[in-house]
Amino acid sequence: MPDLLAARSQMAMSLGFHIIFAIIGIGMPALMVMAERRWIRTGDEVSRELAKRWAKGTAIMFAVGAVSGTVLSFELGLLWPSFMEWAGPLIGMPFSLEGFAFFTEAIFLGIYLYGWDRISPRAHLGAGVMVLASGMASGIFVVIANAWMNSPTGFDLVDGRPVNIDPIAAMMNPAAFSQTLHMTLAAFVATGMAVAGIHALLLLRQPGNLFHRRALSIALTVGVPAALLQPVSGDISAKYVARWQPAKLAAMEGQFRTERRAPLRIGGIPDVEARETRWSIDIPGGLSFLAFGSLDAEVRGLEAFPEDEWPPVAIVHYAFQLMVALGLYMAAVGAWTIGKWVRRRDLAADRWFLRAVVVATPMGFIATEAGWVVTEVGRQPWIIYGIVRTADAVTPMPGLVYPFAIFTLLYVLLAIVVVLLLYRQIVRSPRIHADAGTAPDSWLTTDQGRGG
Amino acid sequence: MTFQLPDVLALSILVSLTFYVLLGGADFGGGVWDLLASGPRKREQRSLVADAIGPVWEANHVWLILVVVLLFTCFPPAFAGLGIVLHIPLTLMLIGIVLRGTAFTFRTYDSKRDDVQRRWGGIFAIASLVTPVLLGVCIGAIASGRVGEAIESAAAGGFAPGTFRATYVTPWLTPFAFAVGALALALFAFLAAVYLTLETDDAALREDFRRRALGAAAAVFVSAVAALALAFVEAPGMGTALVRSWWSIPLHVVTGAAAVSAIVALWTRRYAIARIAAAGQATLILWGWGAAQYPLIVPPEMTIHRAAAPERTLSLVLGALVIGALVLFPSLWYLFAVFKRRETAFVPIDGKSRR
Ligand code: HDD
Ligand code: HEM
Ligand code: HEM
Repeated sequence: MPDLLAARSQMAMSLGFHIIFAIIGIGMPALMVMAERRWIRTGDEVSRELAKRWAKGTAIMFAVGAVSGTVLSFELGLLWPSFMEWAGPLIGMPFSLEGFAFFTEAIFLGIYLYGWDRISPRAHLGAGVMVLASGMASGIFVVIANAWMNSPTGFDLVDGRPVNIDPIAAMMNPAAFSQTLHMTLAAFVATGMAVAGIHALLLLRQPGNLFHRRALSIALTVGVPAALLQPVSGDISAKYVARWQPAKLAAMEGQFRTERRAPLRIGGIPDVEARETRWSIDIPGGLSFLAFGSLDAEVRGLEAFPEDEWPPVAIVHYAFQLMVALGLYMAAVGAWTIGKWVRRRDLAADRWFLRAVVVATPMGFIATEAGWVVTEVGRQPWIIYGIVRTADAVTPMPGLVYPFAIFTLLYVLLAIVVVLLLYRQIVRSPRIHADAGTAPDSWLTTDQGRGG
Repeated sequence: MTFQLPDVLALSILVSLTFYVLLGGADFGGGVWDLLASGPRKREQRSLVADAIGPVWEANHVWLILVVVLLFTCFPPAFAGLGIVLHIPLTLMLIGIVLRGTAFTFRTYDSKRDDVQRRWGGIFAIASLVTPVLLGVCIGAIASGRVGEAIESAAAGGFAPGTFRATYVTPWLTPFAFAVGALALALFAFLAAVYLTLETDDAALREDFRRRALGAAAAVFVSAVAALALAFVEAPGMGTALVRSWWSIPLHVVTGAAAVSAIVALWTRRYAIARIAAAGQATLILWGWGAAQYPLIVPPEMTIHRAAAPERTLSLVLGALVIGALVLFPSLWYLFAVFKRRETAFVPIDGKSRR
């Protein structure tokens, strides 16, 4: 494996791994805070139990998120030293702010996880809110740094080096708003839908279990609004891409020719040799309209760019299609949920609805990974869009395939353990029925008699 | 030369590293005592370590991230150079960090069956042993000037193939670097044992850690002397600065005094004093390194000023640090107040539980 490819693969693998835990680190505090608030306001013990059990699962996720994030911070230097030498002074600002967000997050997480019996319920809830706020802030800051790689601003280029550096202007780059909005929503979509899906599955097996009913409704309260907003936010992102990264847009859409009234392609297989995208369902003028707000707008195709500046077209196109398809499905589930809420129907009574939610379980995570592939692979061959090529930024260290292999192995093992541990948490969830009352001692736990 | 903005930021990196050593280092030290748990209270020792680390390790760990972030924002060429030349030990250290953190958490949330607990405990403990050594090796390698030389020669001649060993291995595979590694390990274990004496109300358990702290103090002494002796051979710049500067005598006197006070306080069971003295000793060792190296960030040639990012970046980061500190320190205080508030004064040997 060539060193550049190994470095890119290691970066992609590390980020793809970290993002799962980062998302959970943003989304789960929202769920726990809602459950706990419900307990404080209504005295509903089921909600408190829910918050406690979610917290246990989340603790595992946070530990993995923290260590995989640490690996990333070092990897920036281990794999892309000259990129960091170039960009450090410009994007160090959001990273420094992120550092403090990590601090508050880790501090209040410690208090939240270990402080159930040490501080008052309100202070405990407050700690949960702090974890949520600082988790969102960490995500926003790091995505701002990434947005800068997509639309570098805040400096003048002289002889290939940045001068007149302005880190604030770098933070205000054109991609920052669309990316941070879309990412933050993604975290709530993915976590909300996944948790809803798991509890929907358990409800199908144990209809009437109050524990899962409560969990389902809280998780949907977080996931559904975000799922409905996500296509809107995605449209904002697409309009940004159309304006600032036209080659990425062309790759996303498999658009080879520059044309007016460019069609929106659904599906299709891009053929780079022949420079066309086959077997797609075309909506005439759709792309021109979505990207620029007018059916007759001109969309620049890949042919408008030198071929050595094309991103890998097929990967970007498929990843984009996948994200949008999953996003539309989840938005549809969201609309269904809203329909039921408006008509005050019992969500758990409709088995088809539950099944539809179960299907959505992994979708937010897959859509997130796909979206990042669009953003990152779509930026290639640039590490700093239009300015520094990825190939020029990689470390001179040879043999990079070894660290790549080692970290991959390590992460695969971690992933397996995490899944097993979560499974353990889930099968031990309590069975609570409406007639059993809400006192914890009348609850049955599925693993009773099995010992700790 | 006067103390300017770049120096202030270099100092802030040293301060962050100090906090990492005092807090995060002790968490690693705790892992060492998990590994070395023995005697009739083996179980209790382990669970004391786990309870002490549990709520705080993630927060303590962020100090390291702050060091990295400040380094790449404020001194990008230094970060880039270290990332290249120290690729191998840093990668190994990262693996250690990953295994330590995850194994510790898995142990807490996995089945309480003995074999499961021992598996995670074993990984946690071994990772806690190896990671500090690697951290020390990296610091020792930087201090010795060999990393800097590799960066400079590579920058001059490119990273020619065939120079793999010279660029990526020999700069850190030295007795001096490993002596510093041993020093880091001993110091972390020492800090942990001292802190742990204050974490329990069980007198016997406290005695266990008192004995361990005294043992670790001896190990710190031996490895510090070894590192200093090797410094004269391998890192002459560092060695001379440590004995010939105007501040060397006071520094050694104060560090020595801190070390002796820590031992005396342990001996006489004044644990709160021991804690302050031990933390002071660790701080002085780090700051001695900083002072000996000043004004260089990566010896022998890269100065703080040469490596510094543009002024605008530095002043903004400094502003962020000030604002961040205003949020951070009250939060940290709250964290430790919730979990670490105990009677910390003189504790008699037969002290009864006060909680
Ligand atoms: C739950 C996850 C999720 C869902 C349902 C969607 N996305 Fe997305 N998308 C992401 C998660 C995501 C992401 C992983 O968070 C990305 C990667 C970078 C970013 O800012 O967000 C992303 C990037 C991204 C980009 C590239 C932005 C850039 O390169 O700067 C576009 C154009 C869209 N999305 C558009 C959409 C549209 C039109 C959707 C319609 C339903 C959609 N996304 C659903
Ligand atoms: C879109 C990408 C990213 C998002 C949304 C994100 C978000 C987060 C969040 C919410 C956390 C805390 C939650 C947890 O620990 O599970 C976290 C942890 C962390 N992230 Fe990321 N991150 C991203 C990418 C990165 C990158 C590129 C880096 C490094 C360069 C990084 C470095 C870290 C570090 C060091 C931590 C650990 C903090 C701690 O110890 O608490 N992250 N990230
Ligand atoms: C967490 C979500 C993210 C995912 C899943 C992700 C995914 C990827 C992928 C697939 C690549 C390889 C692209 C290629 O070479 O074809 C890549 C490269 C890279 N990403 Fe991201 N990325 C994420 C967020 C970020 C963030 C927040 C940053 C920085 C602030 C970042 C910095 C980089 C860098 C420096 C590279 C290597 C250079 C390059 O290939 O352009 N990424 N990432």
